[in-house]
Amino acid sequence: MASTGTPAELTGMTAAQLAAAIAGGEVSAVEVATAHLDRITAVEPQVHAFLHVAADGALAAARAVDERRAAGEPLGPLAGVPLALKDVLTTSDMPTTCGSRILEGWQPPYDATITRRLREAGVVLLGKTNMDEFAMGSSTENSAFGPSRNPWDLSRVPGGSSGGSSAAVTAYEAPLGIGTDTGGSIRQPGAVCGIVGVKPTYGGSSRYGLVAFASSLDTPGPLARTVLDAALLHEVISGHDPCDSTSVDAPVPPVVAAARQADVAGLRIGVVSELSGEGYQPGVLARFGEAVDLLESLGAKVIEVSCPHFTYALPAYYLIAPSEASSNLARFDAMRYGLRTGDDGTRSAEEVMALTRAAGFGAEVKRRIMLGTYALSSGYYDAYYGKAQQVRTLICRDFDAAFEQVDVLVSPTTPTTAFRIGERADDPMAMYLADLCTIPSDLAGNAALSVPCGLAPEDGLPVGLQVMAPVLGDDRMYRVGAALEAALEQRWGGPLLAQAPPLIGPAPGSAAPGGTAADGGIGR
Amino acid sequence: MPITRDEVAHLARLSRLALSEDELSHFAGQLDGIISAVARVQEVAAEGIPPMTHAVPVVNVFRDDVEVPCLPQQAVLSQAPATEQGRFRVPRILEED
Repeated sequence: MASTGTPAELTGMTAAQLAAAIAGGEVSAVEVATAHLDRITAVEPQVHAFLHVAADGALAAARAVDERRAAGEPLGPLAGVPLALKDVLTTSDMPTTCGSRILEGWQPPYDATITRRLREAGVVLLGKTNMDEFAMGSSTENSAFGPSRNPWDLSRVPGGSSGGSSAAVTAYEAPLGIGTDTGGSIRQPGAVCGIVGVKPTYGGSSRYGLVAFASSLDTPGPLARTVLDAALLHEVISGHDPCDSTSVDAPVPPVVAAARQADVAGLRIGVVSELSGEGYQPGVLARFGEAVDLLESLGAKVIEVSCPHFTYALPAYYLIAPSEASSNLARFDAMRYGLRTGDDGTRSAEEVMALTRAAGFGAEVKRRIMLGTYALSSGYYDAYYGKAQQVRTLICRDFDAAFEQVDVLVSPTTPTTAFRIGERADDPMAMYLADLCTIPSDLAGNAALSVPCGLAPEDGLPVGLQVMAPVLGDDRMYRVGAALEAALEQRWGGPLLAQAPPLIGPAPGSAAPGGTAADGGIGR
Repeated sequence: MPITRDEVAHLARLSRLALSEDELSHFAGQLDGIISAVARVQEVAAEGIPPMTHAVPVVNVFRDDVEVPCLPQQAVLSQAPATEQGRFRVPRILEED
């Protein structure tokens, strides 16, 4: 079989293009995996997206796809496509650390449902990506293994907690990534890296084998460079799972068809009044406003909608999520797996447990465990956790009222572009503001997506537009995301990522660095 | 009502976190700031609003009562911090007296 792509061309292709080229025999899955593994070797010293790279496993999985194709077996829509998996999902052949010393080197004895479905679809797992410890954070700075870096500007954060996956996809180390969203941890890193990030409806994607942070919120979902790629991955990982008792037993919304439809004519779009104004970067609001105008010019009916309780979502979230975390993370007790320190034969199990947890957890995890313990203690429960649960109801009611008037809601995905590494590291409240716009959909459990809508003029960094859809209305947000993506790319003359500076100099045959859309940007 | 250093020490004990003196002081200030900020939930949550525990509630989740194999003992024990005679070995759990 003749190879058509150079390694740089292969890493620049979308997942849909790669799958078609592999299925059509234009390139082998092994060649595709090799090109991405080489790219990882070249850029990881700068980006640090991965905690573990599984070169042998990836090549074996790619070979299996090539063999199935040679045998004439039907291949799925993503067979042979490489993927970067967040290190919070268990893998029976790779360590799973959650970015924490307490799980350093832990080798799970089983695959998460997401992992299993990816393997069954012939997706090639390249390795495990960096993350804020136990998914608590918005920058990857809370990883015990050092931060990942934003490929647009290596002095800035790639977002978080799924920042390793967003950095890997942005740096062309993988066309696809899996993240998990509890307060915005897929959409926020997607937005600040200029790629697509999707939080499916809660329960639409399985939590089995996802190391729990806040069980009533945790939702795995896709990161990709195009809306269609995200939809293809969304369909592969979704669907009812009897191993997760909160999994929704309903058909997967037709997200791929919606992404191909890419049409907003007649759609009613609501702009959330409360997600704007003070604290929002001017360039973010400017690009967001232009994108909304563009959607209107494409035939959407745009109105302003008030969701008065959304401003209480952040405080409610920082009571609910830490409360659930303080309970979930009690399992790290130094007895059955993970780190154990201070077991010298004289100390009791209680002492060893407390010493291990103090040594194994980082500062943010300790803060949240204590915050959750406080909110759940007798005497404070009603004033804090109970009130937060009532606010959750009020936010849900705001969504219900809004979706009676409009089909989808939109807002900026984040109040600002990517901030500098270190800038908010020991200022928890400043860090928490990164999730201001994304938290309402986590609390209500509905579907939400972030799609790039341009660069903020003041810093040249990506801005994301968030589309929120009702529970199990995931397909609607793909229609909007894909329509906006197509219209914006026509305006820009190519994808937004083409404007990013190259990480390792220009590819052979391209123009000098300095980055115009024409010379391809990162990694081309 | 500010969070005192003593209260943080109590929370750390409840949370099974053997924190250093420096950590206790550092976290006291931060937790106080966070708790003052999140207390805003008390402004809007009035009587009669039902609490919400789950995003997309599902009820009566049953499965067929079918046996499935559990993980092999060795696969589980291989990740334990310490084992003895095919079991988890743990530090003493009772005080001597």
